Amino acid sequence: MTIGLTHYLVLSAILFSLGMFGMITRKNAIMVLMGLELVLNSANINFIAFSKFGGMNLEGHVAAIFVIILAACEAAVALAIILNIYHNFHHINIDEVDKLKE
Amino acid sequence: MVPETILSLAAIILILPILGFIFNIFFGKRIGRASSYIATAIVGIDLLLSFFVAYSKLVTFESIKIIQTRITWFNLSATNHVQVGIGIDNLAALMLIVVTMISFLVHLFSTEYMRDDIRYSRYFSYLGLFTFSMLGIVIANNFLFMYIFWELVGISSYLLIGFWYEKKSASDAGKKAFIVNRIGDLGFFIGILILFWTYGSFMFDDVFSGIASSHLPFNSSAWLTAAGIFIFCGAIGKSAQFPLHIWLPDAMEGPTPVSALIHAATMVAAGVYLVARVFPMFSANALTFIAYIGAITAFMAATIAITQTDFKKVLAYSTVSQLGYMIMALGACSYTNGFFHLVTHAWFKAALFLASGSVIHAMHHAMNHMNDHHSDPQDIRNMGGLRKTMPLTYITFLFVTMAICGVPFTSGFLSKDGILAGTLAFGQLTGHWFIPIAGFAAAGMTAFYMFRLMIVAFHGENKTEIASHTKENKFVIVFPLILLSVMSLWFFYSYNPINATTGWFAKAMPAPMTAVPAAYQFDFLMPENKAENPYLKNLALDEKSSQATSSATLTQASIDPMSAAITSLAIGTTNPKINQSDKKHENASEEKSGGEKFENKYEEAEHHAHIPAMILSLIIAGCGILFSFMMYQFKIISADNMEKRFKFLHTFSYRKWYFDEIYNATIVGGTAGFAKLLGLFDNKIIDGLVNLSALVTRGFSYFVGHFDNIIVDGLVNLVANITTLFGAMVRKVQTGRVQTYIVFVIIGLMLLIYFFI
Repeated sequence: MTIGLTHYLVLSAILFSLGMFGMITRKNAIMVLMGLELVLNSANINFIAFSKFGGMNLEGHVAAIFVIILAACEAAVALAIILNIYHNFHHINIDEVDKLKE
Repeated sequence: MVPETILSLAAIILILPILGFIFNIFFGKRIGRASSYIATAIVGIDLLLSFFVAYSKLVTFESIKIIQTRITWFNLSATNHVQVGIGIDNLAALMLIVVTMISFLVHLFSTEYMRDDIRYSRYFSYLGLFTFSMLGIVIANNFLFMYIFWELVGISSYLLIGFWYEKKSASDAGKKAFIVNRIGDLGFFIGILILFWTYGSFMFDDVFSGIASSHLPFNSSAWLTAAGIFIFCGAIGKSAQFPLHIWLPDAMEGPTPVSALIHAATMVAAGVYLVARVFPMFSANALTFIAYIGAITAFMAATIAITQTDFKKVLAYSTVSQLGYMIMALGACSYTNGFFHLVTHAWFKAALFLASGSVIHAMHHAMNHMNDHHSDPQDIRNMGGLRKTMPLTYITFLFVTMAICGVPFTSGFLSKDGILAGTLAFGQLTGHWFIPIAGFAAAGMTAFYMFRLMIVAFHGENKTEIASHTKENKFVIVFPLILLSVMSLWFFYSYNPINATTGWFAKAMPAPMTAVPAAYQFDFLMPENKAENPYLKNLALDEKSSQATSSATLTQASIDPMSAAITSLAIGTTNPKINQSDKKHENASEEKSGGEKFENKYEEAEHHAHIPAMILSLIIAGCGILFSFMMYQFKIISADNMEKRFKFLHTFSYRKWYFDEIYNATIVGGTAGFAKLLGLFDNKIIDGLVNLSALVTRGFSYFVGHFDNIIVDGLVNLVANITTLFGAMVRKVQTGRVQTYIVFVIIGLMLLIYFFI
């Protein structure tokens, strides 16, 4: 069987939902970030698959590089936030950070 | 000099004292003793003017019966004008002299007597007010003015009796005097109303003309008599007749000069003056009523005076008794003698009171000397032997006592004698013998108690040390006494010491002809010669002159009446009603002494009764004097034994016939009880109703409040609760957890994809 576009898309979909599941259900903030990375990487796979099979020349690859850079920046910022959360709440269980509820 | 000048002078005489009153009220305190000099000077000027007016009226204008004027004061409707005016006839002219002379002497006396009083200038302003009011009564020729000044005199009396108002008895006495006076004035007012309703005018002349033309009130003679009796009620109140005599003895709480002025000589004489003024309107029954009241008063007061121990109370009851004499004389149709007694009584009663003032003043000074503040300076049992310490006072007192008892060669003898002759004639002609009997009995008792007073106070030894320390008073106190006692001698009124009918006084004061038609009047009062009725002649004159004056007076209706009268007199636009019609009338009647003709049967009877009356009165008075000497001077008859033997009579007399107690129990008690009942009604019932309505309002508001609280607030709370509920429900979306928000983003994204792709 030849691996076509569909396989890549299914793969990224599975990765996306796994990452979503992790984001939603994990208590630890770092676990949420790991889920977030999975979602972003699944979006990357989509880009590259379409670049290879979809008729886009190298624009998919460029987009993937943008995503990786942005993911890195965003991870830095997210870690800074998590540090602050730990500084204030002394734990990083996100489901207990609900002071804005009221 | 024209007759109108007299009226202008009379107006000036009237106005001066009220100016003095106003001045002294406002500036008196500042100028101190000068206020009394001003007041005395004003009354002195009045006295001189009165002499002039009297001389003019009695000598120069002898032929004119009355000089008067009338102006319209206000209009009740286009045709109904209310007219007022002033008038001077012989009666008014002589009364002017009486009032101003006594007022002047009292002013003079008071400058020394009231020397240390704290309200010195106010006293003199009140005296000025009183003089003004009394003069107003004298010169008024209509019921309206007379009533106005009548009330003014009442208020002056109240102010002066209660002058030392810190003493409760004095302020009570002032109240009593005013209230009792008012009761009499109620009757007076009703009488005026009846007359005004019938005759449409307040002027005396109009009323007399109306009566003479047989126009009776409500077309019945009973109402005419009733009107006369009602008018007389004013005199009952003011002149302290039975049954309204109770205020006069209490009025002795006022200063003694006030007692002399008001309650001896002038104010109480106002009642007699009124009766004399409206004498023509009294029918036979009214005259009989008046005579009885006067006789009862004279007799009753004399019995009370016998046992009194306070100097001034004896004199007060003596005054009541003598007023009874005057009223009795007028009721018995002895007009001349009634007024004659008024004049002579004014002099000697004023002298008696001023002498008592002199004695009390001396007793006060003696008490201050001895630092005694408890004894009563007015009790005659504390006096005695004052003849030696106060000789001038004693001599004058002796003179006037003789005058009041009717000793010959005094004026009192002439007037009393005349009255008793008149009552004898009246009794003879009408069969009412009570009148002369009461008159003679009172004469005997008068002689007794007056000499009793003199002997106990002046003769004998000093009963207490106070009496021995008294001494004679200053000239301003003694001078009025001397003057008044000299005027009590006989020759001022007639050269004949035992019969006054030939003197100038009797000639100047003939009884006025009665206006009452013959059917309702005593036949002995009807004139012998059928001269034309002067009152009907006045009616004709009235209509002509009123037509002439009405046009002139309408323009002056809004101006002050007094000034209008004076200016109109000066300019001469109004037509004063000079009564010349009586000239003929007087020529028709002869003099009583020389000729055989009398005015009417009454005068004839009076003339014949003169000698018997004189002899009888001399005997009775002599017995009275003898009895009092035997009891008090020579002590042959013991006064204490007499008191024990007639214990009941003595107590009855001493307690003033229990009048005050009876009145207190019935009238005063009844009024107070009724007031209490009404007060109870007001408190319980009226206030109860108010409280009930308040209660109902409170209950109602309680319910409304609850309604407001529960229901209205409940609705508002309901709305708020619903909102909270929804809010609570919606708030659950905000979990504050990031992961929830991610779920929402995904759900939203999926919805978008579903709907748009």
